[in-house]
Amino acid sequence: MLTNISNVLKACAQRNGAAAVVSARTYADFTTQATFEIKKCDVFKLDEGPATQVVMTRDEGLQYYRTMQTMRRMELKADQLYKQKIIRGFCHLYDGQEACAVGIEAAINLSDHLITAYRAHGYTYTRGGTVKEIMAELTGRRGGIAKGKGGSMHMYCKHFYGGNGIVGAQVPLGAGVALACKYQGNNELCVCLYGDGAANQGQIFETYNMAALWKLPVIFICENNRYGMGTSVERAAASTDYFKRGEFIPGLRVDGMDILCVREASKFAADHCRSGKGPILMELQTYRYHGHSMSDPGVSYRTREEIQEVRSKSDPISLLKDRMLSNNMASVEELKEIDVEVRKEIEDAAQYATTDPEPPLEELCNHIFHNNPPLEVRGTNPWSKLKSVS
Amino acid sequence: MAASLRCFLRSGKNAVSALGQREFHRSAPAAAQVTVRDALNQAMDEELERDERVFLMGEEVAQYDGAYKVSRGLWKKYGDKRIIDTPISEMGFAGIAVGAAMAGLRPICEFMTFNFSMQAIDQVINSAAKTYYMSAGLQSVPIVFRGPNGASAGVAAQHSQCFAAWYAHCPGLKVVSPWNAEDAKGLLKAAIREDNPVVFLENELMYGVPFEMSDETQSKDFIIPIGKAKIERAGTHVTLVSHSRMVGLCLDAAAVLSKEGIECEVVNLRTIRPMDVESIEASVMKTNHLVTVEGGWPQFGVGAEICARIMEGPAFNYLDSPVTRVTGVDIPMPYAKILEDNSLPQIKDIIFSVKKTLNV
Repeated sequence: MLTNISNVLKACAQRNGAAAVVSARTYADFTTQATFEIKKCDVFKLDEGPATQVVMTRDEGLQYYRTMQTMRRMELKADQLYKQKIIRGFCHLYDGQEACAVGIEAAINLSDHLITAYRAHGYTYTRGGTVKEIMAELTGRRGGIAKGKGGSMHMYCKHFYGGNGIVGAQVPLGAGVALACKYQGNNELCVCLYGDGAANQGQIFETYNMAALWKLPVIFICENNRYGMGTSVERAAASTDYFKRGEFIPGLRVDGMDILCVREASKFAADHCRSGKGPILMELQTYRYHGHSMSDPGVSYRTREEIQEVRSKSDPISLLKDRMLSNNMASVEELKEIDVEVRKEIEDAAQYATTDPEPPLEELCNHIFHNNPPLEVRGTNPWSKLKSVS
Repeated sequence: MAASLRCFLRSGKNAVSALGQREFHRSAPAAAQVTVRDALNQAMDEELERDERVFLMGEEVAQYDGAYKVSRGLWKKYGDKRIIDTPISEMGFAGIAVGAAMAGLRPICEFMTFNFSMQAIDQVINSAAKTYYMSAGLQSVPIVFRGPNGASAGVAAQHSQCFAAWYAHCPGLKVVSPWNAEDAKGLLKAAIREDNPVVFLENELMYGVPFEMSDETQSKDFIIPIGKAKIERAGTHVTLVSHSRMVGLCLDAAAVLSKEGIECEVVNLRTIRPMDVESIEASVMKTNHLVTVEGGWPQFGVGAEICARIMEGPAFNYLDSPVTRVTGVDIPMPYAKILEDNSLPQIKDIIFSVKKTLNV
């Protein structure tokens, strides 16, 4: 029946002399879902791993594409604004790693919890922040997600605990969130992310111990992008099998450039936690195109050839796009249209982020304490008595 | 029936004494003598009962009844879920406590002594204290970090440091330092009900000291407001400002000085941050002389802060002599008793300093 309608529409278009339009191909022409073969995960202390045959629907694919593309464009825009000195201080960009954030979120609920380190813009988005409020936070404006008080590394929203600047400190915090989930008996879990550099922090091993001891519902995820700032994994870790570093915690090593791999592994991990088995550890093998931060060109410790090779062979957005096109799940035009919409959204957000006013000076001292009467805060000199409200 | 009666009679003595032990920290009669330890225990017990989100975690707090027995009986009453023994992982468990607070619980995180809090100080400052500000009010952290602070007896340098100045330096934290049993109970209850991070500095030497507790302290809602000092003793010639165990020494010195006709007003700070400077100023404007007394080191300490604040406020014009600070000696704490005794303010040091300040 749909084919008939599409034929009628095509006929109409031709009669009206309309040019071949984007909507000449209708939904009836696309595959609604397809099965994909994905890479098998390496497992540690597990009898079986995540499925290797997975189903993705057209709608899911389009949503993943749009989300990843939005994150990509947002980070590239941030790069631009930083070079124009409109963004200051620290700016750690996530482009290249999009499949991790989007794949994880596809496997959990917004009612679950997530915490990560400072390469956090992508996660702020997947957890519910808007591009506008993320960018306005980067430019330090009052419309920022933290009203301009936090900046790049300190963005928060519901069930998203940042954005943390101290390497490794977020890992015990994440286990604490998981403890609260178990304590409250709400069947929620906490996804707790850290990088290959942070993986050598002592407090992470303290956390592994307590999480396993108390069977906390926490998914530890090491985003291994091969470099901790300028130090490659071989130069930093006696064992680069990060998925095994939990020793008594089961682990998975996952292709972090393939969103379906990330999604399946995250689903597997979430099931593990929710069944009361305690923590699980996932290593996502991924890559960042930018340097560690905007002050690092990123080519002194790795070659341009390496970056280019990853971009051409393993780009997460390209991988998804190729899959969808070769399985007739979307058209080139349709995806281009999404690109155009995304570009516009980013432009609008950048416009907002550069024109929104900075926070008012009156709010300098606010948000010291929660639920407290107003208090006086000493300014730079004894006569400067500033007001602070909760 | 006869068999069970015989059973009871045989075990009766134990049953009754066990009953007595279980009831001990609940049934203190009005105006009774209560130790600081028991006052802290009562505070935690009452708050655990009142709010199911409150829980205690730390080393040996559960099955050992607390390294200093402050949490005695709580694990037996509340169980594994609410009273949690941790491994020796300060940075880890402090971070876990902060995360739990972020996700809706109200943890009491015990450091066996505050010396060990240095392992975890990043979590206290960067994760707990600063988060409400960095998130512009989106994420609050209702947590209490408590434990013994400052000098003990013969525990030497690594176990005797006072952290009042370190923590009180940081915005986003409240820092409380009780002296007697009433302070301990009222302030700990207030700290647990506070929606912000509180560093609660106890003192190991005070744990076993009994104090009379008034009737009102028996109420389950007895709270001492954080940020308000107390005048422990009224006087006219000089103001002594102190916190924690040193308040007791000030009162002892005041008793001796009184015999010589010098009447000291003794101010118990109770809270280091936010400091009740107004109470100190009001007192100084009456007595015209100020001596601060603390156990911590002199440089950048509580007394130093008081000096600066007095100079910046109205009380400066009422001073008849510069402020005097009585502090711990500026050295790591030695072990030998004679050395240790002379590393901290003694009553004679306070008396000497008062007389110098008054130029008598």
